[in-house]
Amino acid sequence: MALDQSFVGRTYPPTEPYEVGREKIREFAEAVGDANPAYTDTEAAKALGHPDVIAPPTFVFAITFKAAGQVIADPQLGLDYSRVVHGDQKFAYKRPVRAGDRLTVTSTIETIRTMAGNDILDVRGEVHDQNGEHVVTAWTKLVARAAEEA
Amino acid sequence: MTAKIAYAGVEVGTELPAQTFPVTRATLVQYAGASGDFNPIHWNERFAKEVGLPDVIAHGMFTMAEAIRVVTDWAGDPGAVVEYGVRFTRPVVVPDDDKGAVIEVSGKVAAKLDDNTVRVDLTATSAGQKVLGASRAVVRLA
Repeated sequence: MALDQSFVGRTYPPTEPYEVGREKIREFAEAVGDANPAYTDTEAAKALGHPDVIAPPTFVFAITFKAAGQVIADPQLGLDYSRVVHGDQKFAYKRPVRAGDRLTVTSTIETIRTMAGNDILDVRGEVHDQNGEHVVTAWTKLVARAAEEA
Repeated sequence: MTAKIAYAGVEVGTELPAQTFPVTRATLVQYAGASGDFNPIHWNERFAKEVGLPDVIAHGMFTMAEAIRVVTDWAGDPGAVVEYGVRFTRPVVVPDDDKGAVIEVSGKVAAKLDDNTVRVDLTATSAGQKVLGASRAVVRLA
């Protein structure tokens, strides 16, 4: 079923702050097998000009995708999540996410399209820190595959 | 940001050191825990097959995390990445054996941009098939 075009441009309220923990960064870096010391060693991160350990580039997805859940779960939009796959993902960074950040995400529906029965939804998540400074923008394309004929 | 590669020292066509990343079922369980993505298609073979997949598949975001390592290991400072985007074109199928799957990633400087930045185009394959499309990063060099 085609999604309602009137949802294009809709912005959802900012999420509650997510506090980025240094051990969560370490856990993520270990899970992707990335031994870059900027993720785990404060001195190494400082030597690169960062105030504290930084997170790998895709770390922030867990936060923005949770925020996009507001959109996915919006009963008025009516997206069938059981049929959703992740199409594209893009990030634009003002600076790397780092330990101690308290991040909020504001999600906006950028486009809604229907192609060959698939609903395609582009969600933009703007991530800000506790000082209101922009950190990163995440764009997530979700594709809800057409329901099969019964 | 303190990239260890100088902007002046790279040209369009400069190749980044390629890398291979092994993925087993254990890798996916660990990534599920670290990322909070517990979708059963990434750990439950029965479920994956029920929804029409050939077997358990890796998280697309796991593949995306591995592919950018070719750029961050080259640049030295992961904070030098300004933009990064991919299209998930094909799943990385991870069989339940000792070997699992392998993701092979290579990268090449595709354009020199303003402000000491370059665009790197990445190629990621598994079992001979491209698994990411339009995989590009913009990175600020020294």
